[in-house]
Amino acid sequence: MSDIQDYPSRISDPASRKMETFSYLPELTREEIRKQVEYIVSQGWNPAVEHIEPAYARATYWYMWKLPMFGETDVDRILAEVDACHEANPGNHVRLIGYDNTNQTQGTAMVVYRGTPPEQVFCADKLTPRT
Amino acid sequence: MAKTYQAGVKEYRDTYWDPDYTPKDSDILACFKITPQPGVPREEAAAAVAAESSTGTWTTVWTDLLTDLDYYKGRAYAIEDVPGDDEAFYAFIAYPMGLFEEGSIVNVFTSLVGNVFGFKAVRGLRLEDIRFPLWFVATCHGPPHGIYVERDKLDKYGRPLLGCTIKPKLGLSAKNYGRAVYECLRGGLDFTKDDENVNSQPFMRWRDRFLFCQDAIDKAEAETGEKKGHYLNVTAPDVEEMFKRAEFAKEVGSRIIMSDYLTLGWAAHQSLAKWCRDNGMLLHVHRAMHAVIDRNPNHGINFRVLAKMLRLLGGDHLHSGTVVGKLEGDRAATLGWIDLLRDRYVKEDRSRGIFFDQDWGQMPGVFPVASGGIHVWHMPALVSIFGDNSVLQFGGGTLGHPWGNAAGAAANRIALEACVKARNEGRELEKEGKDILTQAAKHSPELKVAMETWKEIKFEFDTVDKLDVQHR
Repeated sequence: MSDIQDYPSRISDPASRKMETFSYLPELTREEIRKQVEYIVSQGWNPAVEHIEPAYARATYWYMWKLPMFGETDVDRILAEVDACHEANPGNHVRLIGYDNTNQTQGTAMVVYRGTPPEQVFCADKLTPRT
Repeated sequence: MAKTYQAGVKEYRDTYWDPDYTPKDSDILACFKITPQPGVPREEAAAAVAAESSTGTWTTVWTDLLTDLDYYKGRAYAIEDVPGDDEAFYAFIAYPMGLFEEGSIVNVFTSLVGNVFGFKAVRGLRLEDIRFPLWFVATCHGPPHGIYVERDKLDKYGRPLLGCTIKPKLGLSAKNYGRAVYECLRGGLDFTKDDENVNSQPFMRWRDRFLFCQDAIDKAEAETGEKKGHYLNVTAPDVEEMFKRAEFAKEVGSRIIMSDYLTLGWAAHQSLAKWCRDNGMLLHVHRAMHAVIDRNPNHGINFRVLAKMLRLLGGDHLHSGTVVGKLEGDRAATLGWIDLLRDRYVKEDRSRGIFFDQDWGQMPGVFPVASGGIHVWHMPALVSIFGDNSVLQFGGGTLGHPWGNAAGAAANRIALEACVKARNEGRELEKEGKDILTQAAKHSPELKVAMETWKEIKFEFDTVDKLDVQHR
């Protein structure tokens, strides 16, 4: 048993909260984020930025930062908007989206700045056993 | 000029072989692979199949003259050699729209794969493909939600979804089963799945399973902040029971249920799919019994037809084979039918076994599910083959991790995200897979151990149902 490692996730630990795509990897470096922006552009998707207070991360709708950058292909300008959103909302999660209008979906979405706790308040009622 | 009635037996080809016929856009077209009895000419065998699957019978009847047979009959309009096979040939048959009830898969298949499959003049008969005209597609309900609505409901974008079938297949108590579900989901999977033969046995009645699984989901969602699901299998002995279980799944707050469309029956399945759309429930579809129907290359129905059928009947996920795992599946053929499940328009492409252009109109797509004997080492190939719009399911490859399900799930999730990230960066997954996984494992002891555990396991047996290609 001594070789077995415990899985460290805890409800009481805000760091256990995941953020969908790429949230199981180490935080992306600046250069890695840049490559993902290049990918969004190469797919012909429309970049967009959203953000939210960490306590409300599970909401369907986050705050939209300005409008989606329709037709924007300049990677530096896209990154600048991500940074601007982060600077204006330093405690918030900031998410980068690539809107795929031909399929009416988001081609991808990834959190590139993780906000600071206080994290979502855990609602104990939700875990009342059904059985 | 009216025809006169002459009783007796006529050759089928006099009426049902029509090489000058140009198929109409509204026709249902079918390609059969026919192995005739020795001595039966190809045109006669093809015409016999056209006749017996549409208006014909073995002898002339006077009531034929009360209708306009030319308006209703099926016609064999083309014949082609089967590459690599001297006996069999492809016959292309066109069926006029008036032969079929709108929106009824049951009706189409009762005709096309009915008595004709036992017909003595053919030794073997295989339905290779069907072109469903747009009018028929539009009269079917199709997937309850489809790929993109499912993504919106689950808030998951830019990557394949991850699942796991809970094992052992049979014999766990409901509470222990829910434990296995919880561990997988907290470790990073999006879904867990009932095995197909988990229904409501004495060791675990369905109601208990539904309740414990939903407790597992609630805890995992609170812990990870991500949306999770467990495919609650509502396949049941009768449709009343099936709907009772589906209603209860909705009541406890489940996002997804599952069925087995071939054993459940197509009419029952279509009713369930309609219920799912009405009730906001995703529908995962398993395919038990398919290999009985689709594995013999000379008799039965090719899986691409069963896949098209399911998209029309309705389902949000369908098991499609893995290409790389423990179960049968030719790579090119599999790529063909996963496109048929997902795309809006699929062109004829014989190199992938697709015999007709297929226009799906506005019908949403179905997630193909790769499941069976796959583990982290397969991840680069799976992401490359299936792309983002797929569900990758690792059963033993999650539960068999030396540190348990949560670690196994985390290993798969990390491997998946590392592959997606590398692909987006322009790297070639199938060439650089080992390097990508090895790099990712530096940050994940769970992945490192998974890679050590499954290093040597491969499934390299020859495929039985191959595409027909020239072997000489």
